[in-house]
Amino acid sequence: MKFSEQWLRQWVNPTIGSEELVERITMAGLEVDGIEPVAGQFTQVVVGQVDSVEPHPDADKLRVCQVSDGQETVTVVCGAPNVRPGMKAPFARVGAQLPGGMQVRKARLRGVASFGMLCGADELGLAEDSDGLMELPGEATPGQDLREALNLDDRIIDVDLTPNRGDCFSLRGLARELGALTDTPFADLKPRPVPVTYPEVPDIRVDAPQACPRYIGRIIHNVDMSAESPLWLQERLRRSGIRAIDPVVDVTNYVMLETGQPLHAFDYHRIHQGIVVRMAQEGESLTLLDGQSVTLSGETLVIADHQGPLAMAGIMGGEGSGVGPETRDILLESAFFDPITIAGKARSHGLHTDSSHRFERGVDWQLQRMAAERASELLLSIVGGQAGEMVEVVSKADLPAQQWVELREARIAQVLGMAIPRARIEEILSRLDLDIEKDHGTRWLIRVPSHRFDIAIEVDLIEEIARVYGYNQLPVTQPSFQQTLRPSPEARRPLSRLRDHLVSLDFQEAITYSFVDPALQRLVEPDEQAVALANPIASDMAEMRTSLWPGLLKTLSHNQKRQQSRVRLFETGLRFRRGGVDSEVEDIQQTPMVAGLVSGPRQPENWVNDKSPLDFYDLKGDLETLAVTLGVRLCFRAERHPALHPGQSARILLGEQPVGWIGALHPGVQKKLELNGAIYLFELCLKPVLTGQVPHFREFSKFPEVRRDLAVIVSRDQPWSAIESVVRSAAGEHLTGLRVFDVYQGEHISDDQKSVAMSLFWQHPERTLQDDEVQTLSDAVVAQLQSQLDAILRS
Amino acid sequence: MENLHSLVDEALEAVGQARDLATLDRLRVDYLGKKGRLTQLLKGLGQLSAEERPAAGQRINEAKVRVQEAISERREALEQEALEARLAEEAVDVTLPGRGREAGGLHPVTRTLQRIEQFFGQAGYTVEEGPEIEDDQHNFEALNIPAHHPARAMHDTFYFNPGTLLRTHTSPVQIRTMEAGKPPFRMICPGRVYRCDSDQTHTPMFHQVEGLLVDKQVSFADLKSTVEAFLQVFFERDLKVRFRPSYFPFTEPSAEVDIEWGTEADGSTKWLEVMGCGMVHPRVFENCGIDSDEYAGFAFGVGVERLAMLRYGVNDLRTFFDNDLRFLRQFR
Repeated sequence: MKFSEQWLRQWVNPTIGSEELVERITMAGLEVDGIEPVAGQFTQVVVGQVDSVEPHPDADKLRVCQVSDGQETVTVVCGAPNVRPGMKAPFARVGAQLPGGMQVRKARLRGVASFGMLCGADELGLAEDSDGLMELPGEATPGQDLREALNLDDRIIDVDLTPNRGDCFSLRGLARELGALTDTPFADLKPRPVPVTYPEVPDIRVDAPQACPRYIGRIIHNVDMSAESPLWLQERLRRSGIRAIDPVVDVTNYVMLETGQPLHAFDYHRIHQGIVVRMAQEGESLTLLDGQSVTLSGETLVIADHQGPLAMAGIMGGEGSGVGPETRDILLESAFFDPITIAGKARSHGLHTDSSHRFERGVDWQLQRMAAERASELLLSIVGGQAGEMVEVVSKADLPAQQWVELREARIAQVLGMAIPRARIEEILSRLDLDIEKDHGTRWLIRVPSHRFDIAIEVDLIEEIARVYGYNQLPVTQPSFQQTLRPSPEARRPLSRLRDHLVSLDFQEAITYSFVDPALQRLVEPDEQAVALANPIASDMAEMRTSLWPGLLKTLSHNQKRQQSRVRLFETGLRFRRGGVDSEVEDIQQTPMVAGLVSGPRQPENWVNDKSPLDFYDLKGDLETLAVTLGVRLCFRAERHPALHPGQSARILLGEQPVGWIGALHPGVQKKLELNGAIYLFELCLKPVLTGQVPHFREFSKFPEVRRDLAVIVSRDQPWSAIESVVRSAAGEHLTGLRVFDVYQGEHISDDQKSVAMSLFWQHPERTLQDDEVQTLSDAVVAQLQSQLDAILRS
Repeated sequence: MENLHSLVDEALEAVGQARDLATLDRLRVDYLGKKGRLTQLLKGLGQLSAEERPAAGQRINEAKVRVQEAISERREALEQEALEARLAEEAVDVTLPGRGREAGGLHPVTRTLQRIEQFFGQAGYTVEEGPEIEDDQHNFEALNIPAHHPARAMHDTFYFNPGTLLRTHTSPVQIRTMEAGKPPFRMICPGRVYRCDSDQTHTPMFHQVEGLLVDKQVSFADLKSTVEAFLQVFFERDLKVRFRPSYFPFTEPSAEVDIEWGTEADGSTKWLEVMGCGMVHPRVFENCGIDSDEYAGFAFGVGVERLAMLRYGVNDLRTFFDNDLRFLRQFR
């Protein structure tokens, strides 16, 4: 909420400067977002009156005006579209200094001499922009210094109020708060009731008393809509960021700013038979003041007449029943609407008004009569007319109940960690209008004033005491710490271990958005059921990722476009898929994953001249060392994945449990994504791979290890895993190692075959193995390879 | 015996001239070997008289020792030369870059999270995690933010359907942990959170750490010390911290925490808001089945990117999620 500092000081004027005032309210929980002068620095700008306007002989867009500044009449060339004879506007005399250091000089504009300058609001630092001259009200006196005329030595304070402090959405509320904080009395508003001189009263029926416990209406007869709001009122509105519209709307806005009570004025003659406050009928429609047509639901409270809805109660009036230049009689509305009834209704129609903002947070339910009196007083003084009797329809049972809250002295000390003296507590309470109903010695019964919607329980009062006492005056103590040693399973590896390992393998961690482009996701995982956002922020962030790959691929693309040819990334985080059982939320599986992507040369460009590109086995090797670090045994089984090259992709298994994928990005996908170079990807489910084994010592043999190398020719598509399995089963229990050291295809080997060379290691736990024993085992291995895999021993 | 003298001179001369170990070895054999010329002289001793023999023998032996020493000396010198030549040959340009890979690095958000987790880990807090797709109950209702509450408008929530959403804070993890266990609690909940907001200072996803301590005797004063200590340890500075009353539906009293961060143009202290905190609202305890007369607690929350920006001088929040390698590599 924005307001003029001077205006606030008319209500309560503590003997502190602006800076301290801002500091005090900020430190009491009313955060000041900004404070700025209402106008820029300028001198010699006065109220000018435009006497005549003639076309410029030599320029279409310029006018030649005669302007009187109270002392003399001078010629001024002006380009503003809204200049017209009789208007009053700020006039900068020759010699005037304008904001930004500009000096006004005698000038010749297209051959016509100009003596001074008529100004727009932006040129005086009164507004960000404007579309012409700043029009001053008729009452302004030509020649009067503008700073004085508009009272410009003032500042605008912008307070960012938290939702609990609806009571501060008015000058009256802010003044009450500032008075309490500085212990300064505040001058409350005491409107003088206007004399009732008009006999007619409105017919008001409230069919929804729970939503509208109080409704006050009053007719003001024969108003003069050609009147203009006085300058001071317009300026105060402007300083609160509200544009002056017409005197009736201006007064309702002004009283809302003053008191916090939103008001509405209807053109009385547009109301058929009388006011009915009711819930809307489902599907009823209403055209609002802003021209928007809305279809109402049965949960929206409306102000209707006997034909249909006139206004969305507490949110916005209707176009058909508003006040206009033709209006003679007005019906002034001052009502209390239940906060919960109003809450969210404006938002559900995409509306947010000063009125709905206040009603949602709670308007003082005892304020309506006073605000109506205040508005009547102002209206009569501006637009004249005769006031009728106020009609008040009230449902006492539906008004908020008077609240009493118990406050225990001991509890205050417990929550705040410090005992505050009783006298100080009582003083703070009384300053905040929190009257002590009963004093029980160690506890009080507190009466909550009707403007405080945020005080219902004891801790609400404790917060008030702490806030006024000052959070920074409260003590600082160390929480007592009962040391409980928690179990820390050794088999469970921390995520940081995995991250650190990948980092030492030259992977850079990335963090990408959890929502991705559905089109990209279809490319990567066409068959997964993704979870789509109902209100995505952008179409390419519309779906929760079913895999971490889309984010990494997008990151690769970003970096390749920035000349990064070697990219090695990993990310950890959740993936989201439909179809989970035992899910925490709906049927959505939220699984922690780690995924990686590598692309570009194996090594950074180097002088050793190793420019070899990465291949599948680089990434697989990385994962194998990771598995060692994590204490798990990963297996790889050739299997296809839509995002991966069909001949270079594998399912990763932990025992029999599938835990991930590894492979080369499918060339088709790669082409669509316009990515360069070979790209390899992996992903692993984190939970299973972070649970390893606790080591268990096994005796190792003191006797020498024997090595035999074998090379066999097998069919080209025979996987190593098949060879390995035959070797292991044929080599006997003392085989301690098996290593493949060469795989060869080419010269001397037919195209459908390959040569595989391997080393076998044997060791006996209790003795040295004899050569003939090893030979026998070795022969057995060869024999099995021959019979099971058609392998031929290479000599 | 003049013979001996010239023989020795000749041998010494030859040894001095030897340019390699093979030559030297040959000279050793020539002069000192079994049939060497000096050894031969010893064999000729028999021709001398018994009186002359010892003296002559001694001279020959002395001569042999001299030649032997000269050979050893020369050998050492030659070996030294050879070693030096080899070392010179094997010298490398140590200023050329090493062979092998580069090192990767952690994302600055992870780095920051790890420091936060380390601090609270030392203070006995556990790290708890929970789902990011949450239900309305855990993200709002249980935290005392009912459907009509104006605070909901401040959350800019991403929805999947009216009851299911992306968590707007990590507080629902606290609710889930309290529902599943029994007090006392001492936990932090780090993780991704989401708000439907994107501009210079907002990204639709960011990270939070929220902390919760629930025990029998917990006061606002304990909260103040915890928050102050954390900020001072995090920034490794004795910075000034102030607590400003604020409002969160799930805590009361509630505070925003500002740190002193330089000075304003007019010389006054510049305060930056870095955290929110407060005492757990009794209704939140009630929603988790905890007796608020028996237990009290405090909670706090901090934006991880915000802290990382201040700590490392990053000036644009959005760079955290561009994942530009030129950015990420600065945090290795």
